[in-house]
Amino acid sequence: MLTVKNLRAKIGEKQILNGIDLQVNAGEVHAIMGPNGSGKSTLASVLAGREDYEVTEGNVQFLGKDLLELEPDKRACEGIFLAFQYPVEIPGVSTVNFMKTALNKIREYRGMSPLDAVAFLQLMKEKMKLVEIDQSLLSRSLNEGFSGGEKKRNEIFQMAMLEPKLAILDETDSGLDIDALRIVANGVNKLRSKNNATILVTHYQRLLEYIVPDFVHVLYKGRIVKSGGKELALELEAKGYDWIKNELAIA
Amino acid sequence: MTKDNQVLEDITSKEYEHGWATDLEADESPKGLSEDTVRFISSRKQEPEWLLEWRLKAYRNWLKMTEPKWPNVKYPKINYQDIIYYSAPKKKTGPSSLDEVDPELIKTFEKLGISLTEQKRLSGIAVDAVIDSVSVATTFKEKLGELGIIFCSFSEAVREHPELIKKYLGSVVPMNDNYFAALNSAVFSDGSFCYIPKGVRCPMELSTYFRINAANTGQFERTLIVAEEGSYVSYLEGCTAPMRDENQLHAAVVELYAMKDAEIKYSTVQNWYPGDKNGKGGIYNFVTKRGLCAGDHSKISWTQVETGSAITWKYPSCVLKGDYSMGEFYSVAVTNNYQQADTGTKMTHIGKNTRSRIVSKGISAGKSQNSYRGQVHIMKRATNSRNFSQCDSLLMGDQCGAHTFPYIDVENNTAKVEHEATTSKIGEDQIFYCLQRGIDEEAAVALIVNGYAKEVLNQLPMEFAVEAQKLLALTLEGSVG
Repeated sequence: MLTVKNLRAKIGEKQILNGIDLQVNAGEVHAIMGPNGSGKSTLASVLAGREDYEVTEGNVQFLGKDLLELEPDKRACEGIFLAFQYPVEIPGVSTVNFMKTALNKIREYRGMSPLDAVAFLQLMKEKMKLVEIDQSLLSRSLNEGFSGGEKKRNEIFQMAMLEPKLAILDETDSGLDIDALRIVANGVNKLRSKNNATILVTHYQRLLEYIVPDFVHVLYKGRIVKSGGKELALELEAKGYDWIKNELAIA
Repeated sequence: MTKDNQVLEDITSKEYEHGWATDLEADESPKGLSEDTVRFISSRKQEPEWLLEWRLKAYRNWLKMTEPKWPNVKYPKINYQDIIYYSAPKKKTGPSSLDEVDPELIKTFEKLGISLTEQKRLSGIAVDAVIDSVSVATTFKEKLGELGIIFCSFSEAVREHPELIKKYLGSVVPMNDNYFAALNSAVFSDGSFCYIPKGVRCPMELSTYFRINAANTGQFERTLIVAEEGSYVSYLEGCTAPMRDENQLHAAVVELYAMKDAEIKYSTVQNWYPGDKNGKGGIYNFVTKRGLCAGDHSKISWTQVETGSAITWKYPSCVLKGDYSMGEFYSVAVTNNYQQADTGTKMTHIGKNTRSRIVSKGISAGKSQNSYRGQVHIMKRATNSRNFSQCDSLLMGDQCGAHTFPYIDVENNTAKVEHEATTSKIGEDQIFYCLQRGIDEEAAVALIVNGYAKEVLNQLPMEFAVEAQKLLALTLEGSVG
């Protein structure tokens, strides 16, 4: 589904990604872990197409298309979804209105007719249940005055609504208490299928107790320095990131 | 040049959609302004002697006045002798049905998406259409007539209801109120008159569409709405204008008069031609709008969505004379390219326990300048009066300006006056968030701007709100920075 080859990117003059290689297939969940400043969020942003970053080398194929050639909105229409680490407030625009606009734009891109109000409402009700979110929250201005947990849950609700092929969750666990974490994880698990894939960007192993990954990659100084199965996350948790740093220093 | 600036350039190149001129033969006054011009207009309209005298008095007042210099706008000096002050469509007798309306006019409305028949059938709006200063079609009159509501062109009101015109003309905006009001009083061509009798709730939104049509014709509309005790009316005013090279002067006067327990809701969507992307052409919109809450517990509410005109100079105001009367002002003013807007309101509290509420949302893009100017005046007698003002500015790009000039005068120490102001920019983060959900940049800007202006748009009647939303999106497409 997603093939990343030798991806290098910088922000301003600062080189952050130093040659990332990553293969994600349909039905897989990949966790990307690493210490602060290792480039995890940058990777998520570059894949989503944030303009602040400049790709200096490498290429990314997504479902047979050159992802880096696509504008951010087209990437979303192709099926890439980014759950933001810091969801943005849009005053006066409700989640309902936001989702209706987004969903119909994506449908338009795919040559489908827009959903009418009844069908949209039905879909919304169904997805609300999935992520245990209250309608009153969805009628409020997007993310305005939301608690940290509400924001993250809202992101997962949006993901459920848009049914992406590849979901990238950027530190979705940060700032969540244990109950909120469980709800968010449940939502993600219910949305898993053999047709879609998920990339979890996280600092801690905690999230991976709830969403079990097929692969774990450790990102350090802009490169994937170690890959393995879910047990790698446990090892990291036990030994800390210094273990990786030391290992690299020796090598 | 960054990408955002490129996008900014792109939108500024959007041409005005309603830019075309209708080919109607016009019956015009000669260029220029003199007592003879005033007499020409008055005689052409077969007005009574007293009205001619009133006009002449206004004209003589105007001669002694000077153009206001305090607004935060710049424009070349207007040559008042180079303007045609009166122009009427050729047809002399009014049509009794739409079939009799000049087909060119019908086409005009269709281009604007305002088919009179459709309007009649679908929305139940009585439309008094003003093209080049003379009303050509008035609908639903009979239905309104059954309730005793008068809704007609100003000229017709002068003929049919002279006693009402004589009583209320100039009662809220005196003929010498300001330079442009005096000019209008001298040469006003036509407009609308609306009278709601005691205890009547007008069952439909009353609506007038204005158009500026013949070249070089100043448009001097006059609107007068009188709401008797316990009555209610909602009035809609919407404008589009065809593309012109030369600047056109528009100096309208609107007077609202609300008796005890009466309520007038006045909504405007203004989309005059703003000039091209280099700032050439466009309408000068110098308007005096004022409402008088004459009776106790009366209420006047102004809602405006201002997207057009090269220059806007406009302060819909309320004089709160009756005890417990209430004034409201909800405004969205958008400026783009080289547009300049100096707009706001004046709330004058005279009666006891009077309340006013001001919500102003300015949006500036391109190289435009957008100023809010508002005055809240609590007079000595106005005990326990309250005002709440909120003035927000949204900037798009880094070449535009937003300014706020609030004036607060309090002469009674029991008054409560609150003022809040914010300035923000559409953030790249907000745009990216929308993009990442599949919403393209133009739709994202429309979404964010409509969200920002929601509190004001919510005040508009439903069908108008939809139109206004589209207009905001159209005016600002892509202007992100």
